[in-house]
Amino acid sequence: MTDTTHQPRQQQLISLQVNGEHHELLTEPRRTLVDALRHDLRLTGTHVGCEHGICGACTVLLDGQPVRACLMFAAQAEGSEIRTVESLADGRQLSDLQQAFSEHHGLQCGFCTPGFLMLAEGFLAERPEASKEEIREVVASNLCRCTGYQTIVEAIDDCATRRRAALRSQLEGNGPEHTGPEHTGHQDAGHQNESNSETGPPRAACEEDRCGSTTRSR
Amino acid sequence: MTAQHSRTPADGPWIGASVGRREDPRLLSGNGRFTDDLELPGMLHAQFVRSTVAHGTVTSLDLTAVRQVPGVVAAFSAEDLAGGGGLADITARLGRPLTEFVPTGMPVLARDRVRYAGEPLAVVVARDAYAAEDGLEAARVTYETLPAITSEEQALAPGAPLVHDEASANTLLDVSMFATEGIDETFDEAPCVVRVETRTGRQNALPLETRGVVASWDHREDQLLLQTSTQVPHQVRTTAARCLGLDERAVRVVVPDMGGGFGQKCVVGREEIAVGAAALRLGRPVKWIEDRKDALSASFLAREQHYDVRAAFDSDGRILGLDASVVCDMGAYSCYPFTAGIEPLMASAEMPGVYKVPAYRVRARAVTTNKAPTAPYRGVSRPQYVMVMERLFERAARELDLEPTEIRRRNLITQFPYTGVNNVTYDPGSYLESLNLCESVLREEGWYAAKEAASARGRHLGIGYSCFSERTGYGSAAFAQRKMEVVPGFDISEVRMDTSGALVVTTGTMSHGQSHETTMAQIAADELGLDIAKVRIHQGDTDRITYGWGTFASRSIAIGGSAIRLAAGKLGEKLKVIAASVLEVPAEELELGQGAVRRPADGSSVPYEELADIAYLKSHLLPKDVEPGLTATATFDVFNDGTFSNATHGVVVELHQGTGQVEILRYVCVEDCGVAINPQVVEGQTRGGIAQGIAGALFEQVTYDEHGAPSAVSFMDYKVPTALEIPEISIHHLETPCAFTETGAKGVGEGGTIGAPGAVLNAVNDALLPTGVELDDTPITPETVVSALEQTP
Repeated sequence: MTDTTHQPRQQQLISLQVNGEHHELLTEPRRTLVDALRHDLRLTGTHVGCEHGICGACTVLLDGQPVRACLMFAAQAEGSEIRTVESLADGRQLSDLQQAFSEHHGLQCGFCTPGFLMLAEGFLAERPEASKEEIREVVASNLCRCTGYQTIVEAIDDCATRRRAALRSQLEGNGPEHTGPEHTGHQDAGHQNESNSETGPPRAACEEDRCGSTTRSR
Repeated sequence: MTAQHSRTPADGPWIGASVGRREDPRLLSGNGRFTDDLELPGMLHAQFVRSTVAHGTVTSLDLTAVRQVPGVVAAFSAEDLAGGGGLADITARLGRPLTEFVPTGMPVLARDRVRYAGEPLAVVVARDAYAAEDGLEAARVTYETLPAITSEEQALAPGAPLVHDEASANTLLDVSMFATEGIDETFDEAPCVVRVETRTGRQNALPLETRGVVASWDHREDQLLLQTSTQVPHQVRTTAARCLGLDERAVRVVVPDMGGGFGQKCVVGREEIAVGAAALRLGRPVKWIEDRKDALSASFLAREQHYDVRAAFDSDGRILGLDASVVCDMGAYSCYPFTAGIEPLMASAEMPGVYKVPAYRVRARAVTTNKAPTAPYRGVSRPQYVMVMERLFERAARELDLEPTEIRRRNLITQFPYTGVNNVTYDPGSYLESLNLCESVLREEGWYAAKEAASARGRHLGIGYSCFSERTGYGSAAFAQRKMEVVPGFDISEVRMDTSGALVVTTGTMSHGQSHETTMAQIAADELGLDIAKVRIHQGDTDRITYGWGTFASRSIAIGGSAIRLAAGKLGEKLKVIAASVLEVPAEELELGQGAVRRPADGSSVPYEELADIAYLKSHLLPKDVEPGLTATATFDVFNDGTFSNATHGVVVELHQGTGQVEILRYVCVEDCGVAINPQVVEGQTRGGIAQGIAGALFEQVTYDEHGAPSAVSFMDYKVPTALEIPEISIHHLETPCAFTETGAKGVGEGGTIGAPGAVLNAVNDALLPTGVELDDTPITPETVVSALEQTP
């Protein structure tokens, strides 16, 4: 009873650009992006909640856009810049978004949290001026079973508000050189580096269907 | 006993503060470690061949082709795992006569008989999860199908086919209780008798992380290691040892980070045992992660109940009697350790709730059907019976032309302690105060006026309430009263201080989102006057922690938190004794604070590090009769009827004529859980609970077709509400401290879920008042709302 006698399935060599690092991996063509991230690259912060694109626990950024990593094959992500939850903090220093989630108690068990963080990270980069109502609508892309969503909405709204305030004070005072002044205490260096990295700002995209297929009509 | 916001002097600066969660940094940064994140050398992956029929005899099970599938390493049926003593069934029992309760075994893998679609028949083990799924498709199973029992009516019909041959009339539990003398006369003579018949939908507790386990044999420890997502690690260890024929020492259960549980994971899963057996056979680690389809259709479900209840009132609206029939559709098997009795016994014991009910009679039954089995789910019957009680009061208010809040005021318990007709003694709460505050908030916000105005414009607004209390901190006395054969209750905590003055605290409870790493640290830090950064909580490892009962029934802070405070207190006494010898003063003159033993009289102090140095590294300096080391252990149990949290929920809804949508315009909760260890966490538990209660009232349901096939196998069919369905929730706090928990805290994990369905239903029915239609079943669907609104007044 050993598996070594079985003929391996056909595999292909693919390369993925994840959190600024280049990876080459040998996978079956059917391997999903989320499995490649979690089990081949051992980036287990991205979670799997349903494997059919509804819950959003597997949300990552693909060229700045939130996508369901369970609905994509790993091979389809070749040539794109992928960002996962592991990219948000700078070492042990949490980003302003992560800190806002903690301050507002926007997580309990924490299983859905990486998906919500990446959803919000992609959304706020595109719509920094988003209203709380718009944020709630986007938060409805993903499922959380613990919080009742209110504190997630509040955390994202608070983060957006602080970022806007920081930007305003920068424009008024110190000049437009960088994204956030230190005194807010919520802008983190790693995040700044990320948004100024070679990948550039996230590209614009249609707003209706940010995550590729998800909200159900009732 | 009314709103008391002050803390008792013994409380320190941590209890009562919204201390930031210590769980957060790892969970926010992707450094959580959930079961599916575990990777062991040589690890294999398991999935289960599951029955495709709801009821049948297995005539053949052929795994030959499965074993030929590329990547498949092994496939085991029940028979394959039966060698060497075999796999014992999982059997949950109550200490009741067979006329009241029939125990039924749940085999780890089904043998000759299957009882629900999704029941596991064989485990397929492969090099990766993909190959394991390939293997499932190659399994060949034939059945001789039997008629499927898919409803309570079918189960109880005379001559119905039996799900378990030993359970006649498909009845697993049948108890009649209380039957106050003269109750029939009370109903005959009462000026007002109202009736509510309701059916509540079958729900899934639905932790976002599905169930899962990694089983491996540890050669060095000579021990099976089960790393599993469970709320009850020691009960899994006990069951695994018994099923697998191992000494209990030879099983270690370790719980990684958990992505929720809500009750679904407070019972032992047969897959946990089967995967352990497969790992033992193969001598390699085996991982099983339940996929969402199985989680929706083949794990433990909950909540499908049928109530038929009458209440008698006098002409002033005072309740005279309650006469109830409760039938719970528990599905195919009794869950371990709680049994299929859990829901009907909860309903029958607690139904009178917050009201002064002088006469009570109840018959409660659990029937078995060919559907996935059930387990406790947040609230356990209380969401349903509270909804029934609250509907009864609203209906009586209409009959008697009273304000819905006024009829409640006339019946709420206001004198404590109060011993009810159900032989339960209720400790002090703020039943009336919470109702009054909730109503005044809605009035002051103008919702009553808004309703009038909307009605004049042809819109359908409604306001509804629910008042309830929730027994928390069930000790061994309460569970013994339910006649459980496995009697949960106590919790044991050990505290250990190391040479750096840092503290490790063990708890037998098992946080799966409730923030215990923070709140329990707050309790220990206060008791010892320590910085919370110096305190770590250890949970969920049966080799590190003394036998515990896990987390369910809102027991953890009330009972586990009390054990922690007692243990920390004992350690504090020892620290004082050592410090007294250092300072050469009596120990009575000393206090604990700021990480040191202090003598207020002269401001002298000895830091804990220095005392720990003596206790461990310079034990020759210890006073006579003081043992080396700084550890202390304490046990806490509740020997009375527990402590009751309470709340009133007030809801404003609008019904939309065209779509049938029930829009929640306002949700106000006034809750009282005694001393709030961490108010932000209390609010989180309450809001999240309310969201699940709303889900049950308006959205979620698993139905079955006539063949016993489940309707909901994906999130396309099982409608978990999103941020667009769950409204903002405003929470107000009252504080009636518990007199007998060590912190004054009561449990708070379930209240939100309990209160929401009744309040939402009452609001919907208030909006429907002009139509004459009343809706008592959940979930209320758009179809029922549309058809109700089509009724002309």
